[in-house]
Amino acid sequence: MSVFKEEIVSAKQIRKRTLLSFFFFFLFIAACIVGWKWLHHQPQDNGALKPLRTVLNTNEIFFSSLLSDKHLAKTFPVSKVVSKIRVNGNAGMNADFNPLTWKLQLVRTPGDTLYISIEEIKSLPKTDIIFDFKCIEGWSQVTHWAGVKFSDFVKRYGLVNQSQMQYVGLNTPDKGYYVGIDMKSILHPQTILCYEMNGMPLPIDQGAPLRLIIPVKYGIKHLKRIGTIFFSNVRPPDYWYERGYDYFSGL
Amino acid sequence: MLSKKIIKKHPLAIRWFHWINFPVLAVMIWSGILIYWASDVYRLGWGNKTILKFFPDSFYKALNIPFRLAEGMNVHFLFMWIFAINGLLYLLYLLFSKEYKLIFPCRKSFKEAWLVILHDLHIKKGVPPQKKYNAAQRIAYTGVIFMGLGSLLTGLAIYKPVQLYWLCNMLGGYEWARAEHFILTILFCLFFLIHVLQVCKTGWNNFRGMITGFEVEPGTPPNTEATGEAVVTIHSETINT
Repeated sequence: MSVFKEEIVSAKQIRKRTLLSFFFFFLFIAACIVGWKWLHHQPQDNGALKPLRTVLNTNEIFFSSLLSDKHLAKTFPVSKVVSKIRVNGNAGMNADFNPLTWKLQLVRTPGDTLYISIEEIKSLPKTDIIFDFKCIEGWSQVTHWAGVKFSDFVKRYGLVNQSQMQYVGLNTPDKGYYVGIDMKSILHPQTILCYEMNGMPLPIDQGAPLRLIIPVKYGIKHLKRIGTIFFSNVRPPDYWYERGYDYFSGL
Repeated sequence: MLSKKIIKKHPLAIRWFHWINFPVLAVMIWSGILIYWASDVYRLGWGNKTILKFFPDSFYKALNIPFRLAEGMNVHFLFMWIFAINGLLYLLYLLFSKEYKLIFPCRKSFKEAWLVILHDLHIKKGVPPQKKYNAAQRIAYTGVIFMGLGSLLTGLAIYKPVQLYWLCNMLGGYEWARAEHFILTILFCLFFLIHVLQVCKTGWNNFRGMITGFEVEPGTPPNTEATGEAVVTIHSETINT
């Protein structure tokens, strides 16, 4: 071990230096414990400890700067599509719902609501996508969806001013489930208002007649059974955000 | 007045990097388990035969893991910054201080590592001469740096698989990246286990070195009060360092 600096010191010196180092060592341990305790005594902000919520929001600023219309979720051939598609969550999916009388409520400005039938939506240019649907729980499935690109929908209904705003909010007809999405993500070229799954009409438990498919987000943002769409400059309420999850939940 | 020779082994910066990393990695692994629980798909086995499920329900229960996914993610996405920054600063320090020369394996390390392992398993006596670390330590400590880097990259790939699609693709896709992230975590736990066992075995002088920076060795004390017996005792403590 001749590569190291050596010193001849008294035993007393050794003891003194050891004690000093251990003093700082225990101080560090104490600081860790105090810091951890402090963190857990902070108030909650929508189900998350306030400092953690601040970090989530800061991470969003950092990572949403990576978000680009040119960064696409990986797509797959039809042969990779799984046969059994998971149904996760039924909030907002109450039984007394009639898809035949359903109309999409598009709130262009508060008080100016457009009612759009599924036939009108199906008459818009159709886009389909096969991608790896990712649940925030950790699993993922390659699935096949088709509908109208949200950006095409915006063009068709002249939502130019609205698309300058910061967020889009979506609710189920019974308002039991609701999400808020940043404008950049919802205008991403892979985001679709979806009415078909695996080449068939969307099943009722997958959100018929119309659901959101947004591959740049976790599944919690892919709201099933859209009732209302509206625009806002403040964050629209979000179901899982209120339960402690990240508002952005971007991929 | 008894005098002893001290050998300055660990620079202050390395001691700080090491001890900061310890609780941070512990929190990362714990919060990682909170996240993993929500889709706990990995196991050891083949076909329908499972030797070990990751993780058994008793394990989750004992550590109070279930239904804490959001909490786990929120903690994970704070401490990831500390883990990454501490690790990158450590790497930079290794490079600029030339300390890496003492840690990275040299040509003979791979051959000598077997001799060290045989020695540690009490199969063979005596180890090849070494500088700061023996061959097995060089490989293990360099390996763990790469594991840290691997955890960071696989973690980023599953955190932003669309925005960092190139990274995710490079790692074999989303599901592979998640599996790699998990395997690295298990390896970290195994590293920790062996590391702690070895530190316990090697003794106080070596452990103290990670806190004070120095180890005590019997030198040639300027006065003769140091007895032969004391020198032998101290020497036997440091022979394995």
